Amino acid sequence: MSMLNEQEAKKLIDKVLAFSKADEINVAVSGGRVGNIRYARNTVSTSGEADNLSLVVTSFFGKRSGTATINEFDDASLEKTVQRAEEIARLAPENPEYLPALGPQQYGKSLTFSENTTRINPLFRANAALASIQPCINKKLTAAGYLEDTTGFIAIGNSKGLFGYNKETSGDFTITVRTADERGSGYGVQSFTDASKLDTKGVTQIAIDKAVSSRDAKEMQPGKYTVILEATASGELLSLMINALDARSADEGRSFFGKKGGGNKIGEKLFNEKVQIISDPSNLDNPASPFAPDGRPRQRVTWIKNGVLKNLPYSRYWAQQKGVDALPPPSGIIMQGSEQTLTDLIKGTEKGILVTRFWYIRPVDPQTLVFTGLTRDGTFYIENGAIKYAIKNFRFNESPAAMLNNVEALGKPVRIGGNMIPPMKIRDFNFTSLSDAV
Amino acid sequence: MKRKDFLQLTTMGVGALMIPDFILGHPVDPSQFLSEGLDSSTKKALADVALNAAKAKGASYADVRISRYLQQSISTRENRVQNIANTESYGVGVRVLVNGTWGFAATNEVTKESITKCAHTAAALAKANAKLQSEPVKLAPQKGLGERTWKTPIQINAFEIPVKEKVDLLLKVNSEAMKAGANFINSSLSFVNEQKYFASTDGSYIEQDIHRLWPTFTVTVVDKQTGKFKTRDALSAPMGMGYEYLNAKAPEKISGPIDLILYRYAYDMLEDAIQAAKQAKEKHAAKSVQAGNYDLVLDPNHLGLTIHESVGHPLELDRVLGYEANYAGTSFATLDKWRSGKFNFGSKIVNIVADRTQPYFLNSIGYDDDGVPAKEWDLIKNGILVNYQATRDQVHILGQKESHGCSHADSWNSVQFQRMPNVSLRPGNEKLSVHDMIKDVEKGIYILGRGSYSIDQQRYNFQFGGQLFYEIQNGKITGMLDDVAYQSNTQQFWNSCVQICDKNDYRSFGTFRDGKGQPSQASAVSHGCSTTRFNKIDVLNTNTAKTI
Repeated sequence: MSMLNEQEAKKLIDKVLAFSKADEINVAVSGGRVGNIRYARNTVSTSGEADNLSLVVTSFFGKRSGTATINEFDDASLEKTVQRAEEIARLAPENPEYLPALGPQQYGKSLTFSENTTRINPLFRANAALASIQPCINKKLTAAGYLEDTTGFIAIGNSKGLFGYNKETSGDFTITVRTADERGSGYGVQSFTDASKLDTKGVTQIAIDKAVSSRDAKEMQPGKYTVILEATASGELLSLMINALDARSADEGRSFFGKKGGGNKIGEKLFNEKVQIISDPSNLDNPASPFAPDGRPRQRVTWIKNGVLKNLPYSRYWAQQKGVDALPPPSGIIMQGSEQTLTDLIKGTEKGILVTRFWYIRPVDPQTLVFTGLTRDGTFYIENGAIKYAIKNFRFNESPAAMLNNVEALGKPVRIGGNMIPPMKIRDFNFTSLSDAV
Repeated sequence: MKRKDFLQLTTMGVGALMIPDFILGHPVDPSQFLSEGLDSSTKKALADVALNAAKAKGASYADVRISRYLQQSISTRENRVQNIANTESYGVGVRVLVNGTWGFAATNEVTKESITKCAHTAAALAKANAKLQSEPVKLAPQKGLGERTWKTPIQINAFEIPVKEKVDLLLKVNSEAMKAGANFINSSLSFVNEQKYFASTDGSYIEQDIHRLWPTFTVTVVDKQTGKFKTRDALSAPMGMGYEYLNAKAPEKISGPIDLILYRYAYDMLEDAIQAAKQAKEKHAAKSVQAGNYDLVLDPNHLGLTIHESVGHPLELDRVLGYEANYAGTSFATLDKWRSGKFNFGSKIVNIVADRTQPYFLNSIGYDDDGVPAKEWDLIKNGILVNYQATRDQVHILGQKESHGCSHADSWNSVQFQRMPNVSLRPGNEKLSVHDMIKDVEKGIYILGRGSYSIDQQRYNFQFGGQLFYEIQNGKITGMLDDVAYQSNTQQFWNSCVQICDKNDYRSFGTFRDGKGQPSQASAVSHGCSTTRFNKIDVLNTNTAKTI
């Protein structure tokens, strides 16, 4: 059995805690099932299902710690695992950044679980794949797609009385449709907590439309253009900036968020005032676990307000050093937008480029957060509020920080992976060369 | 599971929701690394259980992998240890071919009952998916090899070296780098030992013991006045070697231009950390490059990545055929170009070889995960595209009768598929050192180390940075440059290749983490070459990010 309910997890953790002879002990137990189906050339290539349940013990003697794990759950095995963690701890070097374990915490209500997703089986996945492949075969197009679903839980506990349990379901579907002559390619994506919302046929239709209309792409000169980034493309760039949110690296002077002369940029206006970024584990469209893996509670946090950096995540150690609250990093962010649809954004654009998604984004300069990458699977020229024609893909060299300064308009956020991201209209987006790739 | 959760959990060494075993493994006591596990005859008996169960369910072919993956990684910063992770992952994967369709299942319970159940599940999956199959699998012939063994030719098993010795080395590296001017240093050592047992219905029973290691660091120098920071990564390479790679030896050092010390098959981590700190400091005063056309002189520790991205990946047959279209992409090197026999991938001096037998290289093995013996074959000969990288179930598409031996799975619980072998540029035939090469360059840049890298999904347009950039004017290095990246098109770039240093300069570049497939699998691969010159390549200034 790979899924434990809250009572079963608590009972197991309490049993493990009782075996401890260490100064402190942390226990984490996690498990669940991941299933997937993959297809290409209009036929299924691989599919699989994997169950997993494991228990990890970390024991502490003073500032020394040791970790051991097991996937057998009889009493003797559990006791042996605790003993092994204690043996490793005794031999480990002291960690000067050690902090005592947290005591009991209050966590909010979790919204991360859906029964519908737990019922996914191989037949469901095969049918979902067929609903995507068949329309492509009908139109002499080629489908390559991937569906993955997860049902799992995590429970944490320690010798100071902390206990947390969260169960979670999630899934992601991606589809790339290519024309038979290899001159057109389109992409679609959907993320979900509740499998009843999965619509592989509808998402595939978006990819089909993009593939067909991206044939006969014209060449435009590289340069700075107004772009409309679909939510996928926006999210790909935005996540790079979110990943850089960290107080310690900023205070150490090796981050975009580090201040000249020392310290960090909390309180500074860094972006356009339209930029509002929060995280909220209780958001219905993008729920997250109410606790961080180290037991800290997650609450609604404002990271950027009216373009001003309001908060940075702190590790418990760094927060203690700086005498501030130890805010855990966000698990999924929500960038606020408007009620405008993608079509509305296109309508309001005199000249611009619509980007479906980006590919192979890599850092160029960590100081300015300049990244390079390419457009992919549907890039179009917009004129007088309408898509005029497909264009060849571009390479960009651009910073998400500059992008958030150049925001002209934001659309309605949609869920991409574990984030809510709006499509964005950005001026002066820097394309540096052309690519022949389709 | 969100990315940051994953990172936190792995850093803490705490088990994570939905993290596959092949990534996290099980933390273990280091003493367990030296236990030998099951003996060969027990593994053979268990393998036969799987093969017989698969045949009974109608499999026309089946293979089984019983594998134990050991990893140790030690990471430090400045004067302290951040993490010591000892992990073990052990289990069995069964692959069956039923009705022309693959099925795969895996279990971490290595018992007769679980293995039988696994074979049955794999057969059931194959039968279910066969209904959607429009291209039945065709396997190239492979004779049964009987019982075979292979081991990475190591001198010192890294897992036998005490953790304390490794920690002491890293902390010494850190303190010397700090003394030499670094403000921060992150350093790490990673060791891998894969104990793989493969058996197939062809009659092969193959036991392999594969070793790899990767020492690396990043030094950072911060200028508080300007608020700028500069970094320099190690010039080491991950290797298919034992701990002997870390025993510095003079014959394995190459004296580069401007007193640079470069490394071949032994690495002096301490020495490199000191030169790295000085160079990171020097970067603060380096001239920002003027965008334009330059002749590039590319060191093997840099060019290896360009070979990986622009030659290795586009010649993977599964990408060419469209199996990676939804993730890694397809390829410009299409079958019609190869069939023409005239596709000039590069200039006439460009000879690129695939080789899974090369000593010290990460992807070298005795037998692949289809049970095919390792081999060497040409991909590009005198500039012309002549072959791809393929597995047993792919070579028939090329009209070839023998697999290239490119099948690999990154864990017992992952299904094997086509992965990149070591892909390398052959050294020049005429005697030529890097010093001689630079003498002939009027306006150029000498680039070392792995930097930023990005390439499109069909492998035409790429952009690469590096760790160190030196301006060459009229045959001489005149100083350090900053903000350098070059952009090119694969075919144009390789046709601009005008000179390759001889075999005395030949070295390797590599990675543990080449990613492909959904769900994504990692693979370790090396790329060898000598310093090579490419004429008139577009260089951009990454600070202003404008091309010419």
